[in-house]
Amino acid sequence: MFEAIAFYFFSAILIASALMVIAARNPVHSVLFLILCFFNAAGLFVLAGAEFLAMLLVVVYVGAVAVLFLFVVMMLDIDFAELKRGALQYLPLGALIGLVLVAELVMAGSAWLLKPPVLAARAHATPEGVTNTAALGHILYTDYIYYFQIAGLVLLVAMIGAIVLTLRHRPGVRRQVISVQNARTAAMAVNMVDIKPGEGA
Amino acid sequence: MALVEFFQMLPVWLGRLLNAGWGEMDYGWAWFLGHFTMILIFDVVLLVLIAYLLLADRKIWAAVQMRRGPNVVGPFGLLQTFADLFKFLFKEVIIPAGANKVIFVIAPLITVILAFAGWAVVPMADKWVVSDINVGILYLFAMSSLGVYGIIMAGWASNSKYPFLSALRAAAQMVSYEVSIGFVIITVLLFAGSLNLSDIVRAQSTTGVFALANWNVFSILFPMLPIFFVSALAETNRPPFDLVEAESELVAGFFVEYSSTPFLLFFLGEYLSIVLMCAMCSILFLGGWLSPLNIWPLNIPELGIFWFLLKICFFFFMFAMVKAMVPRYRYDQLMRLGWKVFLPTSLLWVVLTAAYVLVFHSNA
Repeated sequence: MFEAIAFYFFSAILIASALMVIAARNPVHSVLFLILCFFNAAGLFVLAGAEFLAMLLVVVYVGAVAVLFLFVVMMLDIDFAELKRGALQYLPLGALIGLVLVAELVMAGSAWLLKPPVLAARAHATPEGVTNTAALGHILYTDYIYYFQIAGLVLLVAMIGAIVLTLRHRPGVRRQVISVQNARTAAMAVNMVDIKPGEGA
Repeated sequence: MALVEFFQMLPVWLGRLLNAGWGEMDYGWAWFLGHFTMILIFDVVLLVLIAYLLLADRKIWAAVQMRRGPNVVGPFGLLQTFADLFKFLFKEVIIPAGANKVIFVIAPLITVILAFAGWAVVPMADKWVVSDINVGILYLFAMSSLGVYGIIMAGWASNSKYPFLSALRAAAQMVSYEVSIGFVIITVLLFAGSLNLSDIVRAQSTTGVFALANWNVFSILFPMLPIFFVSALAETNRPPFDLVEAESELVAGFFVEYSSTPFLLFFLGEYLSIVLMCAMCSILFLGGWLSPLNIWPLNIPELGIFWFLLKICFFFFMFAMVKAMVPRYRYDQLMRLGWKVFLPTSLLWVVLTAAYVLVFHSNA
């Protein structure tokens, strides 16, 4: 009973805040509702026994990605009311995509009804005697090691690509060289000059 | 007996003692009542501890500058923090007319709730932990990295220049130093082979007399302690990295517009997360509740909480000394230290530690 209450609590807030993400007038409020959304999704992961994923969701999405979202949204001065004016005309397309997603979820969720052998392939979040983290590690680093490595490489390429795209070499920029600064001594920095009255240096 | 079990049995015992008929309480309610009592007592003890650590901070700071520090309220100024508490509580709460009122009020609450929430997984002694979860260290990392939200929301909701600039600085600073904290944590959990904080402490225990030789700080992980300590300073916006509230540039940073109780909540949240970072330092590197020597009166399990508090106080003293002695960093120096010094070093150490564990630990 306790788990059911927790599940409906997290789900209700998740759906309500997901709606508010697109309904809120102020974009900063939208991002804050998105964060609330992530939190409740993490709560659902914990209920499912996937504690590692729950913590990763909080650390990566809430702790890093959403901070950058918030950062950008706060800095931009966009009139979102203007942007949203024609949004309703995309409603049919959005509804279609939503329907496709729902259909896929239902097919994935009810696979064991349509095809009973699939039942055996379902993995429990926490198998006997192993923690959720260890179970994920075993799957990622043994069964799917190549896919995992390729995913890492794709991310690396994306990161380097982003750096290369935004890197600009401007001529004439004066850069600080910390080692040179640290190597300075009093003798190099101060020059004592004896100036006679009435004369320049 | 574990602390949790004690508090779960508490209402049952109480019922039997009073013979009031609720000695036969079902497990769910006993669990709820026991945990509620435990968390309440834990938080009150934590708050009193913070009150005196705050006083110690001011006293140490004063001593370095050859002043007396707070010495008027109570003997040796021992009641100063409580006087400050009542001053903050009884003053008027001012919310600026241009502020976004809901977020303005929620921001300090978020700061203090997150700071308290992190303490849920900190093991005070063997089995003395509110919630002994398997991903404890990730949870702590998550809670400390979420601390930035209180600051960003406060800065934005104040609708004022200085708090907003401060919020932007805070976001950049805390995201930068989380990276190196994350890598330091990875080295430690590679070494311990577990994400559970109690297991990380147990991995540092030994049966030899010089038990401290087995602590992580005296292993290959030794350069990670200074990196973690300095990153913790930056993560909690302590001097010399308090650019978020640099008074010469930003008046008081993100809490310029805050007064009375909301300000108190920010203050409390800041100190809670500082002491949490001290606790993390001692769990990850100084063996948490473990005694430094395996000699009879020192290593009895009941003294665990004493050793843990002693280690926290040691790290807090270091925090206070750094605040008293080191001048504030410039912003570009801060970013350089985080990205160009700490990140490569800790990344290299992740690789080194992984190789070390593979070669020397039999269970790898």
